[in-house]
Amino acid sequence: MNRTTLKYSFMRSLPVMAGYIVLGTGFGVLLADKGYSFWWAILMSTVVLAGTLQYVGVELLATGASLISTILMSLMINARHLFYGISMLKKYGKMDWKRFYAIFALTDETYSLVCTDDVPEGVDREWYYFLLSMMNHSYWIIGSFIGAFIGNTFEFNSAGVDFSMTALFVVMLVEQWEKSRTHIPALLGGGITLICLIVFGADYFLIPSMLIIAAALLLLKPAITKAEGGDEA
Amino acid sequence: MIDTGHSLLLIGAMALCTMFLRFLPFIMFSKGTPKVILYLGDVLPNAIIAMLVVYCLRNTDFTGLTHGIPEIVAVLSVVAVHKWRHNMILSILTGTVIYMILIRVM
Repeated sequence: MNRTTLKYSFMRSLPVMAGYIVLGTGFGVLLADKGYSFWWAILMSTVVLAGTLQYVGVELLATGASLISTILMSLMINARHLFYGISMLKKYGKMDWKRFYAIFALTDETYSLVCTDDVPEGVDREWYYFLLSMMNHSYWIIGSFIGAFIGNTFEFNSAGVDFSMTALFVVMLVEQWEKSRTHIPALLGGGITLICLIVFGADYFLIPSMLIIAAALLLLKPAITKAEGGDEA
Repeated sequence: MIDTGHSLLLIGAMALCTMFLRFLPFIMFSKGTPKVILYLGDVLPNAIIAMLVVYCLRNTDFTGLTHGIPEIVAVLSVVAVHKWRHNMILSILTGTVIYMILIRVM
Protein backbone atom coordinates (compact mmCIF):
# COMPACT_ATOMS: atom_id res chain seq x y z
CA MET A 1 0.00 0.00 0.00
CA ASN A 2 1.21 3.53 -0.72
CA ARG A 3 0.14 7.11 -0.19
CA THR A 4 -1.28 7.44 -3.69
CA THR A 5 -3.59 4.50 -3.02
CA LEU A 6 -4.68 5.89 0.32
CA LYS A 7 -5.36 9.32 -1.15
CA TYR A 8 -7.21 7.93 -4.17
CA SER A 9 -9.36 5.70 -1.95
CA PHE A 10 -10.26 8.63 0.26
CA MET A 11 -11.11 10.88 -2.69
CA ARG A 12 -13.36 8.19 -4.18
CA SER A 13 -15.04 7.65 -0.81
CA LEU A 14 -15.87 11.33 -0.31
CA PRO A 15 -19.20 11.30 -2.18
CA VAL A 16 -20.32 8.40 -0.02
CA MET A 17 -19.33 10.14 3.20
CA ALA A 18 -22.13 12.68 3.45
CA GLY A 19 -24.78 10.22 2.32
CA TYR A 20 -23.73 7.45 4.68
CA ILE A 21 -23.38 9.71 7.67
CA VAL A 22 -26.84 11.17 7.12
CA LEU A 23 -28.52 7.87 6.28
CA GLY A 24 -26.66 6.17 9.12
CA THR A 25 -27.86 8.91 11.45
CA GLY A 26 -31.42 8.35 10.30
CA PHE A 27 -31.07 4.67 11.08
CA GLY A 28 -29.53 5.37 14.49
CA VAL A 29 -32.35 7.74 15.41
CA LEU A 30 -35.00 5.18 14.48
CA LEU A 31 -33.32 2.38 16.39
CA ALA A 32 -32.75 4.51 19.50
CA ASP A 33 -36.38 5.54 19.28
CA LYS A 34 -37.34 1.89 19.82
CA GLY A 35 -35.37 1.80 23.06
CA TYR A 36 -32.08 0.38 21.82
CA SER A 37 -28.87 1.93 23.13
CA PHE A 38 -26.23 3.22 20.71
CA TRP A 39 -24.24 -0.01 21.09
CA TRP A 40 -26.98 -1.81 19.19
CA ALA A 41 -26.79 0.69 16.32
CA ILE A 42 -23.01 0.26 16.15
CA LEU A 43 -23.36 -3.52 16.27
CA MET A 44 -25.91 -3.62 13.45
CA SER A 45 -24.02 -1.22 11.22
CA THR A 46 -20.82 -3.19 11.76
CA VAL A 47 -22.13 -6.68 11.02
CA VAL A 48 -25.09 -6.09 8.67
CA LEU A 49 -23.90 -3.08 6.66
CA ALA A 50 -26.94 -2.85 4.39
CA GLY A 51 -28.94 0.36 4.42
CA THR A 52 -32.42 -0.64 3.38
CA LEU A 53 -32.36 -3.86 5.38
CA GLN A 54 -31.28 -2.04 8.52
CA TYR A 55 -34.14 0.43 8.19
CA VAL A 56 -36.55 -2.48 7.77
CA GLY A 57 -34.67 -4.29 10.55
CA VAL A 58 -35.66 -1.58 13.02
CA GLU A 59 -39.30 -2.53 12.45
CA LEU A 60 -38.51 -6.24 12.64
CA LEU A 61 -36.81 -5.71 16.00
CA ALA A 62 -39.49 -3.37 17.32
CA THR A 63 -42.27 -5.81 16.51
CA GLY A 64 -40.32 -8.85 17.67
CA ALA A 65 -40.54 -10.50 14.27
CA SER A 66 -39.90 -14.22 13.95
CA LEU A 67 -36.57 -15.62 12.81
CA ILE A 68 -38.06 -17.03 9.62
CA SER A 69 -39.67 -13.76 8.52
CA THR A 70 -36.43 -11.93 9.28
CA ILE A 71 -34.51 -14.38 7.09
CA LEU A 72 -37.01 -14.11 4.23
CA MET A 73 -37.03 -10.32 4.45
CA SER A 74 -33.22 -10.16 4.45
CA LEU A 75 -32.92 -12.46 1.44
CA MET A 76 -35.56 -10.57 -0.52
CA ILE A 77 -34.30 -7.08 0.18
CA ASN A 78 -30.67 -7.96 -0.49
CA ALA A 79 -31.06 -10.38 -3.40
CA ARG A 80 -29.51 -7.76 -5.68
CA HIS A 81 -26.17 -8.40 -4.00
CA LEU A 82 -25.94 -11.68 -5.93
CA PHE A 83 -25.52 -9.57 -9.05
CA TYR A 84 -22.81 -7.47 -7.45
CA GLY A 85 -20.85 -10.62 -6.70
CA ILE A 86 -21.27 -11.93 -10.22
CA SER A 87 -20.00 -8.71 -11.73
CA MET A 88 -17.04 -8.54 -9.32
CA LEU A 89 -15.88 -12.15 -9.84
CA LYS A 90 -13.02 -11.07 -12.08
CA LYS A 91 -11.86 -8.14 -9.94
CA TYR A 92 -12.32 -9.62 -6.45
CA GLY A 93 -12.04 -13.34 -7.14
CA LYS A 94 -8.26 -13.53 -7.30
CA MET A 95 -7.42 -11.15 -4.46
CA ASP A 96 -5.59 -12.34 -1.34
CA TRP A 97 -7.10 -12.13 2.19
CA LYS A 98 -8.36 -8.63 1.45
CA ARG A 99 -11.13 -10.11 -0.67
CA PHE A 100 -12.97 -11.51 2.35
CA TYR A 101 -13.52 -8.05 3.76
CA ALA A 102 -14.10 -6.44 0.34
CA ILE A 103 -16.84 -8.98 -0.44
CA PHE A 104 -18.37 -8.67 3.03
CA ALA A 105 -18.52 -4.88 2.70
CA LEU A 106 -19.80 -4.68 -0.89
CA THR A 107 -22.70 -2.23 -0.51
CA ASP A 108 -24.67 -0.59 -3.33
CA GLU A 109 -22.52 2.51 -3.17
CA THR A 110 -19.16 0.77 -2.90
CA TYR A 111 -20.22 -1.52 -5.74
CA SER A 112 -21.17 1.41 -7.96
CA LEU A 113 -17.66 2.84 -7.45
CA VAL A 114 -15.61 -0.34 -7.87
CA CYS A 115 -17.54 -1.65 -10.87
CA THR A 116 -17.07 1.63 -12.74
CA ASP A 117 -13.45 2.31 -11.90
CA ASP A 118 -10.46 2.26 -14.13
CA VAL A 119 -7.93 2.45 -11.32
CA PRO A 120 -5.22 4.96 -12.28
CA GLU A 121 -1.50 4.27 -12.56
CA GLY A 122 0.32 4.00 -9.24
CA VAL A 123 -2.73 2.91 -7.28
CA ASP A 124 -2.63 -0.56 -5.76
CA ARG A 125 -5.92 -1.98 -6.97
CA GLU A 126 -6.46 -4.53 -4.20
CA TRP A 127 -5.64 -2.08 -1.41
CA TYR A 128 -7.92 0.45 -3.06
CA TYR A 129 -10.86 -1.97 -2.97
CA PHE A 130 -10.07 -2.79 0.65
CA LEU A 131 -9.57 0.79 1.84
CA LEU A 132 -12.56 2.21 -0.02
CA SER A 133 -14.79 -0.48 1.51
CA MET A 134 -13.39 0.23 4.95
CA MET A 135 -13.82 3.99 4.70
CA ASN A 136 -17.41 3.67 3.51
CA HIS A 137 -18.11 1.13 6.25
CA SER A 138 -16.75 3.51 8.88
CA TYR A 139 -18.89 6.44 7.66
CA TRP A 140 -21.92 4.21 8.02
CA ILE A 141 -20.95 3.21 11.56
CA ILE A 142 -20.15 6.80 12.55
CA GLY A 143 -23.51 7.98 11.23
CA SER A 144 -25.38 5.27 13.13
CA PHE A 145 -23.56 6.19 16.29
CA ILE A 146 -24.35 9.90 15.89
CA GLY A 147 -28.01 9.13 15.26
CA ALA A 148 -28.39 6.77 18.18
CA PHE A 149 -26.34 8.93 20.52
CA ILE A 150 -27.55 12.45 19.94
CA GLY A 151 -30.90 11.61 18.36
CA ASN A 152 -33.24 13.86 16.47
CA THR A 153 -31.48 17.20 16.81
CA PHE A 154 -28.92 16.54 14.07
CA GLU A 155 -31.30 15.14 11.50
CA PHE A 156 -33.54 18.15 11.51
CA ASN A 157 -32.24 20.21 8.61
CA SER A 158 -30.48 17.53 6.62
CA ALA A 159 -33.60 16.55 4.64
CA GLY A 160 -32.53 15.83 1.08
CA VAL A 161 -28.87 15.04 1.75
CA ASP A 162 -29.69 11.42 0.97
CA PHE A 163 -30.14 12.55 -2.63
CA SER A 164 -26.33 12.41 -2.81
CA MET A 165 -26.63 8.61 -3.06
CA THR A 166 -28.97 8.92 -6.04
CA ALA A 167 -26.56 11.45 -7.54
CA LEU A 168 -23.68 9.01 -7.04
CA PHE A 169 -25.49 6.34 -9.05
CA VAL A 170 -26.40 8.87 -11.75
CA VAL A 171 -22.72 9.87 -12.04
CA MET A 172 -21.66 6.24 -12.32
CA LEU A 173 -24.33 5.71 -14.97
CA VAL A 174 -22.98 8.64 -17.00
CA GLU A 175 -19.39 7.35 -16.69
CA GLN A 176 -20.35 3.84 -17.73
CA TRP A 177 -22.51 5.19 -20.53
CA GLU A 178 -19.54 7.11 -21.97
CA LYS A 179 -17.21 4.13 -21.70
CA SER A 180 -19.52 1.43 -23.04
CA ARG A 181 -19.59 0.47 -26.67
CA THR A 182 -23.20 -0.59 -26.36
CA HIS A 183 -25.97 0.99 -24.34
CA ILE A 184 -28.27 -2.03 -24.58
CA PRO A 185 -27.55 -3.29 -21.00
CA ALA A 186 -28.07 0.14 -19.43
CA LEU A 187 -31.29 0.73 -21.38
CA LEU A 188 -32.55 -2.74 -20.48
CA GLY A 189 -31.69 -2.23 -16.80
CA GLY A 190 -33.38 1.15 -16.54
CA GLY A 191 -36.34 0.32 -18.78
CA ILE A 192 -37.19 -3.03 -17.20
CA THR A 193 -36.89 -1.65 -13.67
CA LEU A 194 -39.15 1.27 -14.56
CA ILE A 195 -41.78 -1.01 -16.04
CA CYS A 196 -41.60 -3.35 -13.04
CA LEU A 197 -41.93 -0.38 -10.68
CA ILE A 198 -45.14 0.64 -12.44
CA VAL A 199 -46.49 -2.91 -12.62
CA PHE A 200 -45.50 -4.28 -9.20
CA GLY A 201 -45.29 -1.11 -7.10
CA ALA A 202 -42.47 0.34 -5.02
CA ASP A 203 -42.40 -2.49 -2.46
CA TYR A 204 -42.16 -5.51 -4.74
CA PHE A 205 -40.50 -4.48 -8.00
CA LEU A 206 -36.85 -5.22 -7.28
CA ILE A 207 -36.81 -9.02 -7.54
CA PRO A 208 -38.96 -9.24 -10.70
CA SER A 209 -36.73 -6.53 -12.20
CA MET A 210 -33.59 -8.53 -11.45
CA LEU A 211 -34.98 -11.74 -12.91
CA ILE A 212 -36.24 -10.07 -16.08
CA ILE A 213 -32.98 -8.10 -16.52
CA ALA A 214 -30.92 -11.30 -16.24
CA ALA A 215 -33.24 -13.11 -18.67
CA ALA A 216 -33.15 -10.21 -21.14
CA LEU A 217 -29.35 -9.95 -21.00
CA LEU A 218 -29.03 -13.68 -21.65
CA LEU A 219 -31.61 -13.61 -24.42
CA LEU A 220 -29.92 -10.69 -26.16
CA LYS A 221 -26.40 -12.06 -25.64
CA PRO A 222 -25.67 -12.41 -29.40
CA ALA A 223 -26.75 -8.83 -30.12
CA ILE A 224 -24.93 -7.36 -27.11
CA THR A 225 -21.73 -9.30 -27.75
CA LYS A 226 -21.80 -8.19 -31.36
CA ALA A 227 -22.36 -4.56 -30.40
CA GLU A 228 -19.45 -4.77 -27.99
CA GLY A 229 -17.30 -5.90 -30.87
CA GLY A 230 -16.36 -9.15 -29.15
CA ASP A 231 -16.56 -12.70 -30.38
CA GLU A 232 -19.76 -14.59 -29.97
CA ALA A 233 -18.82 -17.43 -27.65
CA MET B 1 -37.01 -3.00 22.88
CA ILE B 2 -37.62 -6.74 22.84
CA ASP B 3 -35.36 -9.03 24.86
CA THR B 4 -31.64 -9.11 24.21
CA GLY B 5 -31.47 -12.73 23.08
CA HIS B 6 -34.12 -12.38 20.38
CA SER B 7 -32.65 -9.05 19.27
CA LEU B 8 -29.24 -10.66 18.80
CA LEU B 9 -30.82 -13.58 16.95
CA LEU B 10 -32.56 -11.28 14.45
CA ILE B 11 -29.49 -9.11 13.91
CA GLY B 12 -27.40 -12.25 13.43
CA ALA B 13 -29.89 -13.52 10.85
CA MET B 14 -29.78 -10.24 8.93
CA ALA B 15 -25.99 -10.25 8.96
CA LEU B 16 -25.64 -13.89 7.88
CA CYS B 17 -28.26 -13.64 5.11
CA THR B 18 -26.57 -10.54 3.70
CA MET B 19 -23.15 -12.19 3.87
CA PHE B 20 -24.57 -15.32 2.24
CA LEU B 21 -25.81 -13.27 -0.73
CA ARG B 22 -22.57 -11.33 -1.03
CA PHE B 23 -20.33 -14.40 -0.88
CA LEU B 24 -22.46 -16.89 -2.81
CA PRO B 25 -21.24 -16.06 -6.35
CA PHE B 26 -17.62 -16.28 -5.22
CA ILE B 27 -18.20 -19.63 -3.52
CA MET B 28 -20.20 -21.07 -6.42
CA PHE B 29 -17.65 -20.11 -9.03
CA SER B 30 -14.46 -20.56 -7.04
CA LYS B 31 -13.41 -23.42 -9.30
CA GLY B 32 -13.78 -21.49 -12.53
CA THR B 33 -16.58 -19.42 -13.93
CA PRO B 34 -18.79 -20.56 -16.82
CA LYS B 35 -18.62 -18.32 -19.87
CA VAL B 36 -22.23 -17.27 -19.56
CA ILE B 37 -21.61 -16.00 -16.00
CA LEU B 38 -18.52 -14.09 -17.14
CA TYR B 39 -20.69 -12.54 -19.83
CA LEU B 40 -23.28 -11.55 -17.21
CA GLY B 41 -20.50 -10.15 -15.04
CA ASP B 42 -19.42 -7.93 -17.91
CA VAL B 43 -22.83 -6.57 -18.84
CA LEU B 44 -24.53 -6.48 -15.44
CA PRO B 45 -22.85 -3.34 -14.04
CA ASN B 46 -24.42 -1.13 -16.72
CA ALA B 47 -27.83 -2.69 -16.21
CA ILE B 48 -27.63 -2.70 -12.42
CA ILE B 49 -26.50 0.90 -12.04
CA ALA B 50 -29.46 1.94 -14.18
CA MET B 51 -31.64 -0.24 -11.95
CA LEU B 52 -30.22 1.43 -8.83
CA VAL B 53 -31.04 4.89 -10.19
CA VAL B 54 -34.67 3.85 -10.62
CA TYR B 55 -34.56 2.14 -7.22
CA CYS B 56 -33.43 5.35 -5.51
CA LEU B 57 -36.19 7.32 -7.19
CA ARG B 58 -38.90 4.73 -6.51
CA ASN B 59 -40.77 6.87 -4.01
CA THR B 60 -40.93 9.96 -6.21
CA ASP B 61 -44.50 11.21 -6.19
CA PHE B 62 -45.40 12.55 -9.61
CA THR B 63 -48.98 13.30 -8.69
CA GLY B 64 -48.22 15.04 -5.38
CA LEU B 65 -47.40 18.61 -4.49
CA THR B 66 -44.05 18.84 -6.32
CA HIS B 67 -44.89 16.50 -9.26
CA GLY B 68 -41.41 15.01 -8.96
CA ILE B 69 -39.87 18.22 -10.25
CA PRO B 70 -37.08 18.34 -7.59
CA GLU B 71 -36.01 14.82 -8.53
CA ILE B 72 -36.15 15.43 -12.28
CA VAL B 73 -34.32 18.76 -12.14
CA ALA B 74 -31.68 17.45 -9.73
CA VAL B 75 -30.97 14.29 -11.77
CA LEU B 76 -30.71 16.29 -14.99
CA SER B 77 -28.35 18.77 -13.36
CA VAL B 78 -26.12 15.93 -12.14
CA VAL B 79 -25.94 14.59 -15.70
CA ALA B 80 -25.28 18.05 -17.16
CA VAL B 81 -22.60 19.02 -14.66
CA HIS B 82 -20.91 15.65 -14.98
CA LYS B 83 -20.91 15.83 -18.78
CA TRP B 84 -19.44 19.30 -18.47
CA ARG B 85 -16.63 18.82 -15.94
CA HIS B 86 -16.40 15.08 -15.22
CA ASN B 87 -15.77 15.86 -11.58
CA MET B 88 -17.66 13.38 -9.42
CA ILE B 89 -17.70 15.50 -6.27
CA LEU B 90 -18.82 18.64 -8.11
CA SER B 91 -21.63 16.78 -9.90
CA ILE B 92 -22.96 15.16 -6.74
CA LEU B 93 -22.66 18.33 -4.70
CA THR B 94 -24.49 20.44 -7.31
CA GLY B 95 -27.33 17.94 -7.68
CA THR B 96 -27.75 17.49 -3.95
CA VAL B 97 -27.77 21.22 -3.21
CA ILE B 98 -30.30 21.85 -5.99
CA TYR B 99 -32.46 19.04 -4.64
CA MET B 100 -32.27 20.32 -1.06
CA ILE B 101 -33.24 23.83 -2.17
CA LEU B 102 -36.11 22.65 -4.36
CA ILE B 103 -37.74 20.47 -1.70
CA ARG B 104 -37.66 23.44 0.65
CA VAL B 105 -39.08 26.08 -1.69
CA MET B 106 -41.63 23.97 -3.53
